[in-house]
Amino acid sequence: MIDYHGLLPEILLATTVIAVLVVDMSPARKFWTAVVGLVGLFATFVPVLTLGFCESLDFCEATGARFMFGESYVIDTFSLVLKGLFIGSAFVALLLSVGYLESDRYWQGEFYFLLLASVLGAVVMASSRDLVTIFVALELVTGPTFLMAGWRKGDARSNEAALKYFIIGVLSAAVLLFGMSLVYGVTGELTFSGIRAGSVGVLDGDLSGLFIIGVLFTLLGFAFKVSAVPFHFWTPDTYEGSPTPVTAYLSVVSKTAGFVGLLAICYLAFAEVATLWGAGLWILAALSMTVGNLIALRQNNVVRLLGYSSIAQGGFILVPFGAAIAANASATDLEEAFFATVTYLLIYAFMNLGAFAVVIAVGNRLHSAEIDDWGGLFTYSPALGGLLALFFFSLAGIPPLAGWFAKFVMFRAVLAVGNGWATALAVIAVINTVIAFYYYSKVVLSVFMRAVPDHVPVAELREYRTAPSLQFALVLTAIGVVVLGIFPSLIADIGQATRTIASGF
Amino acid sequence: MEWFESGWGLSLIVFLPLIGAGVLLAIPKANEEAQKLTALFFTGAAFVLSIILTFAFDFGQAGIQLGTQQDWIPAIDSTYHIGVDGISLPLVVLTTFITLLSLIYSWEHWPEPHNPKAFLILMLLLATGMTGTFVALDLILFFVFFEVVLLPMYFMIGIWGDRNEVTIPVFNITTQMRLYAAIKFFLFTLFGSAFMLLGFLALYFKGGRTFDMLQLAANGAEGLLGSGLAFWVFFALFLGFAVKVPMFPLHTWLPDAHTAAPTVGSVLLAAILLKLGTYAFVRIAIPILPEQSQNWAPVIGILAVIGIIYASLACLAQTDMKRLIAFSSVGHMGFVMLGIATMTPIGINAAIIGMVAHGVITGLLFFLAGSMSHRYHTREMARLGGNQQLMPIMGAILGFTAMASLGLPGLAGFWGEFMALLSAFSPAEGLSVALFRTLMVIGAVGTVLAAGYLLWMLQKVNFGEPGDEWVGHEFHDVDKWEMAAWAPMIVVTIAIGIFPRLVFGATNDSVVELVSNAFRSLG
Repeated sequence: MIDYHGLLPEILLATTVIAVLVVDMSPARKFWTAVVGLVGLFATFVPVLTLGFCESLDFCEATGARFMFGESYVIDTFSLVLKGLFIGSAFVALLLSVGYLESDRYWQGEFYFLLLASVLGAVVMASSRDLVTIFVALELVTGPTFLMAGWRKGDARSNEAALKYFIIGVLSAAVLLFGMSLVYGVTGELTFSGIRAGSVGVLDGDLSGLFIIGVLFTLLGFAFKVSAVPFHFWTPDTYEGSPTPVTAYLSVVSKTAGFVGLLAICYLAFAEVATLWGAGLWILAALSMTVGNLIALRQNNVVRLLGYSSIAQGGFILVPFGAAIAANASATDLEEAFFATVTYLLIYAFMNLGAFAVVIAVGNRLHSAEIDDWGGLFTYSPALGGLLALFFFSLAGIPPLAGWFAKFVMFRAVLAVGNGWATALAVIAVINTVIAFYYYSKVVLSVFMRAVPDHVPVAELREYRTAPSLQFALVLTAIGVVVLGIFPSLIADIGQATRTIASGF
Repeated sequence: MEWFESGWGLSLIVFLPLIGAGVLLAIPKANEEAQKLTALFFTGAAFVLSIILTFAFDFGQAGIQLGTQQDWIPAIDSTYHIGVDGISLPLVVLTTFITLLSLIYSWEHWPEPHNPKAFLILMLLLATGMTGTFVALDLILFFVFFEVVLLPMYFMIGIWGDRNEVTIPVFNITTQMRLYAAIKFFLFTLFGSAFMLLGFLALYFKGGRTFDMLQLAANGAEGLLGSGLAFWVFFALFLGFAVKVPMFPLHTWLPDAHTAAPTVGSVLLAAILLKLGTYAFVRIAIPILPEQSQNWAPVIGILAVIGIIYASLACLAQTDMKRLIAFSSVGHMGFVMLGIATMTPIGINAAIIGMVAHGVITGLLFFLAGSMSHRYHTREMARLGGNQQLMPIMGAILGFTAMASLGLPGLAGFWGEFMALLSAFSPAEGLSVALFRTLMVIGAVGTVLAAGYLLWMLQKVNFGEPGDEWVGHEFHDVDKWEMAAWAPMIVVTIAIGIFPRLVFGATNDSVVELVSNAFRSLG
């Protein structure tokens, strides 16, 4: 029997995807495709809520976690929280795209169709609990984004972005599949629970080498998706060349989807070999933070800077995974790490989408993302300047903006273990936090403290109004960043609800 | 008054300025009068409430009072726990007092590029951060307030700061002073506070899974936070606090930041922001890690005395009046840290009165430096001679403040320095008497040097004949806004000088209890 309530988010989203295409073919104005998309996403959010608060609702049969298709597909708190995150982020990303596409009259219907299809992949991803489902979900997330990255067909950079992204995407898929096939070969299981059971004691057996290679290749595949150093080199070019709303989508939804897959695989499938992936991800975390930050220091283009910043942020998100490097890490410690990663992802979505919303709003005015051209923005556009400072300092982790709590739980997760390696990672993260502040503040400094360059038509720009959809996105994310910074328990409680999934140890 | 004493009063003192900042945001940019009045209302209200707080305060009781503890972030065991005792009360009053006076001073003195709305919003945010730090009794709450002050100060220095070009050593980049100073200030403090946060987390995990300062202090006194790791935890905390104080050799951000900041920014920096660091030593480091405090005390004492001597010598090499005052801050904070390093009630009492006195006196000196450079358009002491003739009232106030700053008996500055040296004569048990007596002697030499550079400054700026370049210039002596801001500071300087019980009356019991609790198990 199929649990229709449990699958309602996916069903609604799939319906929306098709509805967008239908509206696009009808003679209605293209504007309506966006409206249908937004309404569809909003509608999708409703069953996520009813499932989440199932226990306090009359019509809902509270069953705890819902297992479907032989435990391949699970609706639990973790998956619901992340579904909510994906739908919310996609909502904002869609808002960002509306004004952008309207101004260029660029194949709007098709764009929304692809974007929503990709979101569907992410939503499926959150529930996937076997190798095949997670692979299909991951490809559904990335497939449409290859096209979206190259949306500005006339622009050579956009083409470059799409091509690079596509080639790396295919390569990483191959690597991932190879790793998965080895894991399947050794354990004979596809579901995460099966792999976990099958991998007990495998490291002491004859097939240990094969299994280790399988695990590492799987991690490697995901490392491409979350653009962890040294598998990051596609990121800056793709981010810079793609239309900016697509970049926002890539850096939040697509990246988070990668992390969700990584979370599920590491904590559920590879739970028995936690020290193995702990060590691997420890290295990736340290490298991503350091390399991402150091290269970001030299950037003069805001979008590129945010590209490297998102590599570094990815490193911070990976830090809690590194806690598992400690052989003495207890079940509580790993739960703590799981909680930290989920919380970081939730907060990261708000602040990074907000930062991109500002970049789009300023880009519409200045048609430039060079930091020098942004000089003195505060004098003619104080609201945007203020918002920019808000999001950038939140990314830097300065209280009372939400980013501080993300950083805090990250530090907490690694220090909780009380292991030398884990503490060393905390110290690396601290130093990186200071480095990161420098480049975030470089943009703020230009906007607030430098003079307006001569070629900027200030009088004209004073009159410029931000598109309503963009304003809405800015307000949503700004409120999130401020409120969550002052009352972090709002997000921490959600993060707490998910941690039990990691407590099978 | 029950609501007031149940924590609401204290919360209002902390958050009224924040609410004020929100209200200001809604006032149109052109309506400057309304903005100033709004800011005056909220800072004034916070000051009045802090006076009421003083009256509601039970001076016969040493512990934490008038506070509250509410849920804040249960997921990480952090609570909204606030309260005051005799140590924090004077600092809370100092904060609201100086903030109000800064606002009055600003009324007609807006640094370029004007924009009072943004400036006032930053000032109010700063006020919330500063008072919040002094009342927080939860490490995470403390951390958040401690960091909240960074952003407003960063913008204040960076936007309204000094526009002269400087060449940065090592990097060889030429940029405006304000940009360099703003980022340097932030990077130094952030570096320290990030390690401080790691220290807090280590305290949490080793000290019984709580962020509550009182709980941790109780656990710390029982020796729950033993040696080994605790050594490094103290070091992490030390980094965070010492940057803020600032202690030699982490002080290099201070002269740049103070010199580059607009007048009000310098005043708030010197008068209050520096105290966040010293206060944290008293409130967090000593009670929670008493054993390590004792281990580290010689290091702190030596660095404090190096700071005193180094700052005095540096002062003698300055040509810029504001920079001289900035360096003198390093020296004065050295005395405060010397008092703390002795780990005795006398020393810590000295530290607190030293903080209050330095806040008022150096705050006033920065006001004067700001007003003078506003009139002369230079801070070069070589060009300022003869100020006494050109502006008699300003000159007189400058003379008075310099005397107070060099520690003239009868004025506020005397007590902090004198008692810090006195406490170094007999430091707490377990500390080397020989070392601390040596420090005392060197510190005493420092007071002589301090008298030297301040009198030297006075001689250069106030005395002599005005330079030829000022012939024919009309100088407007102290105006009413300046007078309104400065007169209360002068009164307080004299009052504390003659009647130090104003501060000791509040601090003494709490300090004695803090020290005896902390070192109970150590004997």
